Amino acid sequence: MRGLERIIRDHPFFAGLDDAFCQLVYGCAKNVRFAEGDYLFREGEAANRLYLLRQGRVALETKTPGRGTLIFRTLNTGDLVGLSWLVPPYRWAYDARALESVRAIAMDAACLRQKCEEDHDLGYDVMKRVVPILIERLHGTQIQLLDVYGDPV
Amino acid sequence: MAIQSDKLALAHDPMTPRVMRVLKRCHDGPQTVTLDIEPGDSAPFQPGQFNMLSVFGVGEVPISLSGAPTDHDRLRHTIRAVGPVSTALTRLSKGECLGLRGPFGNGWPMQQAEGHDVVLVAGGLGLAPLRPAIYQLLSERERYGRITLLHGTRSPADILFHREIMAWRRHRNIDIEVTVDHAPPDWRGHVGVVTRLISSVPFETGNTLAFVCGPEVMMRFAIAALKDAGLGDETIYLSMERNMKCAVGFCGHCQFGPVFVCRDGPVFRHDRLGGLLNLKEI
Amino acid sequence: MPEQQSLTPNGLQALLDALQARGYRIIGPTLRDQAVVYDDVQSLTDLPVGWTDVQEAGHYRLARRDDDALFGYAVGPHSWKHYLHTPVQRLWHAKHERDDIIVTTEPPEAPRLALFGVRSCELHAIAIQDRVLLGGHYRDVHYAARRQDNFIVAVNCAVAGGTCFCASMHTGPKAVAGYDLALTEIIDEGEHRFLIEAGTPEGVEVLSELPARQASNEDIALADAILASTAESMGREMQADDVRELLLAHLEHPRWDDVATRCLTCGNCTLVCPTCFCTSEEDSSDLTGTEMARSRRWDSCFTMDFSYLHGGSVRASHRARYRQWMTHKLATWHDQFDTSGCVGCGRCITWCPVGIDITEEVKAIRETSQEAGS
Repeated sequence: MRGLERIIRDHPFFAGLDDAFCQLVYGCAKNVRFAEGDYLFREGEAANRLYLLRQGRVALETKTPGRGTLIFRTLNTGDLVGLSWLVPPYRWAYDARALESVRAIAMDAACLRQKCEEDHDLGYDVMKRVVPILIERLHGTQIQLLDVYGDPV
Repeated sequence: MAIQSDKLALAHDPMTPRVMRVLKRCHDGPQTVTLDIEPGDSAPFQPGQFNMLSVFGVGEVPISLSGAPTDHDRLRHTIRAVGPVSTALTRLSKGECLGLRGPFGNGWPMQQAEGHDVVLVAGGLGLAPLRPAIYQLLSERERYGRITLLHGTRSPADILFHREIMAWRRHRNIDIEVTVDHAPPDWRGHVGVVTRLISSVPFETGNTLAFVCGPEVMMRFAIAALKDAGLGDETIYLSMERNMKCAVGFCGHCQFGPVFVCRDGPVFRHDRLGGLLNLKEI
Repeated sequence: MPEQQSLTPNGLQALLDALQARGYRIIGPTLRDQAVVYDDVQSLTDLPVGWTDVQEAGHYRLARRDDDALFGYAVGPHSWKHYLHTPVQRLWHAKHERDDIIVTTEPPEAPRLALFGVRSCELHAIAIQDRVLLGGHYRDVHYAARRQDNFIVAVNCAVAGGTCFCASMHTGPKAVAGYDLALTEIIDEGEHRFLIEAGTPEGVEVLSELPARQASNEDIALADAILASTAESMGREMQADDVRELLLAHLEHPRWDDVATRCLTCGNCTLVCPTCFCTSEEDSSDLTGTEMARSRRWDSCFTMDFSYLHGGSVRASHRARYRQWMTHKLATWHDQFDTSGCVGCGRCITWCPVGIDITEEVKAIRETSQEAGS
């Protein structure tokens, strides 16, 4: 097994991935590294990649006039960074910054989308892996919005 | 027909506060103050119990004990200024008098936890009622398995007992993860909800007890995450909060379905609340 | 079976005299503000002689009887908790002295009360408040003091009120326990008399001082018949054996929304209820802050403040507050005190300004839950 293929198979996002699918997604993947402070992507840019963190912590953040930069979510080893590549207009809605030295699998989003389009079984498999993450982030965001630790009325 | 007329032990009227002095006051975060109060002849307390603290002429509120149960020189309370009484309490300074009744309520299940892993989930000020339990767990460390503290709060500036958490992390045998809802860019820790940390804890299910304290919404989600992680309802304990006036089961205010939070709680085993936590306006 | 004796109205006056001679402050039914209320009584003429009441949901009127019955009415807006668990009670007062504060507990008052004319439902209500305020780990010192020297003269009900349902709650109409003396009033062919029996040694002692004679078998039979007729003429009925389970299984029943459209959350039901015990506390001080005090007063779970927590009420809606009151009374009271909190006196029905009827509310939930097959 090639090194990158093993890395893909070992990543929690692709846990239990079918051999044939692994061959398909393999062609879209490559290994990347980021130093502390590097941006994986920035708000407004084209969402043409997704990242599967192998090591390190990434901050998702947004800029607010008067409040400066605000981190609203951190992601860690094993997490998927980026969701905007999934649906048009494929544009990042926040910055992603490495809080420490980061190793990741970068997947070419256009490549992955095309393969999913060509093989709906693969597309369905990928969706089943992405949707739970989406839902988990939605629920997390919902609790954060409630500001449960904030000042009472 | 008259009732049995025992001697009326006025000295023990549970409604009369004892006058105590503030020994020390220190800030513990935004609008949050920790008061050390002289113990007088107070009975020893269990981790998780609370006192009723009065500012004379203003009123009285229930405040959890947040210090070490073995510290007999002071009664420590961590108070956030939210209403008139708690605000007045946070403004008391060293040497001033306040009224104290208690300790009241039950405590965390320290004995049941012996021989088990313990995971403590603290949301915001909910860390204060858990701190006595942490002290006890750490002071009798050999009696317990793996100990994990998960603390969720609003922002890094709101982390309760920040320096103490750092010290525990460095020197004590306890796994600690802190997460905040949002953070400035220099924050290196977790950002996100505390429930997310639960899924990353390596539980030995069947041998773990969870102590949960924080805002009710957060506790609901934490309980769900703990159950997803394999914990049974009978291993999850939570500390409830309701309006409280008397603390001894007379005034009726703190009812939560069949229980009086003051008398039967504040710590409840989740299965004994019978799903009430998911009903609105109980 | 305790021996029944018979007293004339003059003999009953002798009972009042005997109680006063023993130092009791006698509280009994009197007329005030067009209602039967409990107040100081010295003579039988203080009682609502020849009056009855007409009670319906949201309706209470006094009416003349065609005889001189002393107890020819049901219960009014007052209950004995006015005297045992008083509406306002100072708990302590405190004084600043230099840089110190001296707190003085309010000494409990023990007024040696004789409760005259207590109905069976009310004996049950007193027993329930005893459990709540004295039966736990802590004792309410003020209630204990007011309860400790009571002499209780019960009256078996000769008429049922329009909103009464003690028979179905098994709390009346006959007093079976908790009294020193129990009376049954008989007016038959113009002859006015009272059957009387003692329930305690002190009752026996007081009775021995009264001009009583052995009750005739005919009178005993007559008293039984009166009680049977009262039990059969209850204005209301509640199927109480499974009401706890019924309500707890239907905490989200649409009937709560329905009753919420009618309920004004005025709290009348909690104030007239003989078992409602909830209180609140308030602190006061003089302008200089030298003298301070804390009092407790009756509170009601129908107020917004009752469940106030961190800037808002836990039970903000009318629906939640009515549900809290009714499920506490009929369901969770069992969990807390091993008894129902309802004695079937009907006060909450009569004194509800919009006539909400607790028996109807239970029935509605029961009927629709049966329709739904649950």
